[in-house]
Amino acid sequence: MLAIARQRMLGQSFKKILPAVSVLRSYSSAAKQITVREALNSALDEEMSADPKVFLMGEEVGEYQGAYKITKGLLEKYGPERVLDTPITEAGFTGIGVGAAYYGLKPVVEFMTFNFSMQAIDHIINSAAKSNYMSAGQISVPIVFRGPNGAAAGVGAQHSQCYAAWYASCPGLKVLSPYNSEDARGLLKAAIRDPDPVVFLENELLYGESFPVSDEVLDSSFCLPIGKAKIEREGKDVTITAFSKMVGYALKVSEMLERDGIYAEVINLRSIRPLDRSTINTSVRKTNRLITVEEGFPQHGVGAEICASVVEESFSYLDAPVERIAGADVPMPYAANLERMAVPQVEDIVRAAKRACYRSVPLAATA
Amino acid sequence: MCLQLTYVVKSGLVGFPLHQLNTKILPTLSATIPTPFPLVFSAPIVSFLSFIFSSPLSLPSSPPIFSPFPSSLPIRKKMATAFSPSKFAAQPFPLNTTSQNNPLTIPTIASPFLGSTRKLIRLCSSSNLNLRRRSGTVVAVSDVVKENKSKSTPNLLITKEEGLELYEDMVLGRAFEDMCAQMYYRGKMFGFVHLYNGQEAVSTGFIKLLKQQDSVVSTYRDHVHALSKGVSARAVMSELFGKTTGCCRGQGGSMHMFSREHNVLGGFAFIGEGIPVATGAAFTSKYKREVLKELDCDHVTLAFFGDGTCNNGQFFECLNMAALWKLPIVFVVENNLWAIGMSHLRATSDPQIYKKGPAFGMPGVHVDGMDVLKVREVAKEAIGRARRGEGPTLVECETYRFRGHSLADPDELRDPAEKAHYAARDPITALKKYLIENNLTSEADLKAIDKKIDEVVEEAVEFADESPVPPRSQLLENVFADPKGFGIGPDGRYRCEDPKFTEGTAQV
Repeated sequence: MLAIARQRMLGQSFKKILPAVSVLRSYSSAAKQITVREALNSALDEEMSADPKVFLMGEEVGEYQGAYKITKGLLEKYGPERVLDTPITEAGFTGIGVGAAYYGLKPVVEFMTFNFSMQAIDHIINSAAKSNYMSAGQISVPIVFRGPNGAAAGVGAQHSQCYAAWYASCPGLKVLSPYNSEDARGLLKAAIRDPDPVVFLENELLYGESFPVSDEVLDSSFCLPIGKAKIEREGKDVTITAFSKMVGYALKVSEMLERDGIYAEVINLRSIRPLDRSTINTSVRKTNRLITVEEGFPQHGVGAEICASVVEESFSYLDAPVERIAGADVPMPYAANLERMAVPQVEDIVRAAKRACYRSVPLAATA
Repeated sequence: MCLQLTYVVKSGLVGFPLHQLNTKILPTLSATIPTPFPLVFSAPIVSFLSFIFSSPLSLPSSPPIFSPFPSSLPIRKKMATAFSPSKFAAQPFPLNTTSQNNPLTIPTIASPFLGSTRKLIRLCSSSNLNLRRRSGTVVAVSDVVKENKSKSTPNLLITKEEGLELYEDMVLGRAFEDMCAQMYYRGKMFGFVHLYNGQEAVSTGFIKLLKQQDSVVSTYRDHVHALSKGVSARAVMSELFGKTTGCCRGQGGSMHMFSREHNVLGGFAFIGEGIPVATGAAFTSKYKREVLKELDCDHVTLAFFGDGTCNNGQFFECLNMAALWKLPIVFVVENNLWAIGMSHLRATSDPQIYKKGPAFGMPGVHVDGMDVLKVREVAKEAIGRARRGEGPTLVECETYRFRGHSLADPDELRDPAEKAHYAARDPITALKKYLIENNLTSEADLKAIDKKIDEVVEEAVEFADESPVPPRSQLLENVFADPKGFGIGPDGRYRCEDPKFTEGTAQV
């Protein structure tokens, strides 16, 4: 109990510190480039050194330096008691992590991909997400589940599913999905400091991409708020919401549309649960058109929720039906050309934007 | 009914890192020696653990030595096969009762298996020289063995045809996997590719004993299992290239090889995922026989999986149910000691996987997985057990993968000395040596087979190269078995040809 109260106080004090920090460091960025991998690694490193209760658990996080090298160097720095290589027992070690979190530690559980979290989903939902509610606030679970999510390249049906919609439908969980290095650092730090279970959905293909970051981002107390989306690019004609890799696509699309005179506003959701409905609705009220982009399956997806939210709150502002771009409604095929067809491409989003802006009539699908 | 002369071809654990093994294994070994066999070796075990075993296929000439007293016992111990019978009282193993009186007699069994019993005995005696270096845990000696020892000419384990068949299958597996690596680095293959180099003895040793209707369930390291079961090299190669002529039309990929015709039930990416599926296939076989009254249905299922999987809950759940319901399944553990970069010894509290079988009421056998003949002998017995309806068996094959976990794995954590040690025990060269030394075949024949396989593999690559990629319409096919539900619209045309196809698939 005292631990929980202490955690809440700490959380609040962080929030008080952050605005002060950002005021002090308000000079413009020196535009250092770091990859998402480095961002995540540095975030984990800093959080582990700041709080001895934080520990890592997962397959190959230690001696192998991380299946995708995210946890590189952490075993040497913090030792095997804090960086635990587990056997291949997702259900078991997730349960162990949740139990450790019940008693006040702060585990960061890595799934080699979120597909493997299905073996552990009972613990994520039933043991972690619902505990605070079932115990009437007595037991909070300050755990982070992280790992790559969504499609990679040519890895087949069982390695390519996107779990954003599944986890985001569960009350009690916070679901975050970063895009660039700044998101990765800020959101992971916020997730580790957060007293609730957080599902942190990274993307394998983004690990190697570099993004410019300001010095503020590199500061060890940098944190991004959970539940706030970011407007990556302002526009006035159509709103495009996306998360994770699709933000990159949306930004490319907005550049292409600009040549045709359509100014798209790109929203990087960052937080799937809680969804930043106010930012989305404010944007839709400004532009009057909405396209939601995601990589996962279309039915009951993130786009469906955003569409419903906008229809509920800003219906009279809509000038065109909401367009949902999602992955194909099939398990991910292996063949390279089929895989390309099963995932949204930049051209699909451009076409949807033009349809929403009534600049083109629906064309027959070209083979 | 049950085979009495059971054996443990105990080849000991890997000689790496041994200092850990000694302290870990020692207490457990002696603790699990079943009581009918008072032949508990403490001293020999220490020494056996410190030996690295020699070439597995050499035939010995020394007579066996049997002594029930450890003090006078040399390391060279008669190896009898014991499916840890004392572990489970429920299964009446006559060996329990007889051995207490006189461990030397093996009751004769009126079972068709007796034929191969001789071979097993011979295996024990023949491999005695090798087993000298790795004495076993459970020992039961038989008079029959002693009698057979008096014969001067050792009877061979395989005929020439069988030998050539085994050789060809292993060479096909090796050549195919090497070609996969080449093609991957040329960009023709993509995603995750897990190669089976070094483990061919397990696949060949087991799968070549199956009938067409028997099923095989595997993990992501499944190319060679599919090839051994009979899927053509062209089909597998096309699948890896993602072409529509592949065994799964390019939709599955490296990790998801399925074949209804050859009863290859996959190909699963998650470890442990295939084991319940295999158990279900075995359940079907039993159901067909008992409920549907297809009395000649004796299909056996083999489940292949690795050492890392043996820590997973699904494995234990299935061991329990398979033994409980006496399902015709053989659980084959391909213990290659590494799960990506995680050593088996670091991940497992008790690294001897075969001991987990008796805990659930089934025999647990450990066999040297680099020796195809030994694997084949164990497989015959285990598959025979399953076919007769006696229930499941857990077989731990100690083997090694020569390459990394996948083609994306830098493979930095494995000790080069360990790799060299196992490379020296390459199953293909060992079988070659055996065949030539026993005059079963000539060098020229084997070279002809090598050449033939090279041609097969190259032709497979050409076929795959020339095959077309899947058409766009294939994207939506096969989601459901009932095509009208999905891929084909009410007008009989593919939905993806509908003009609204790209609209976020909302119409699909």
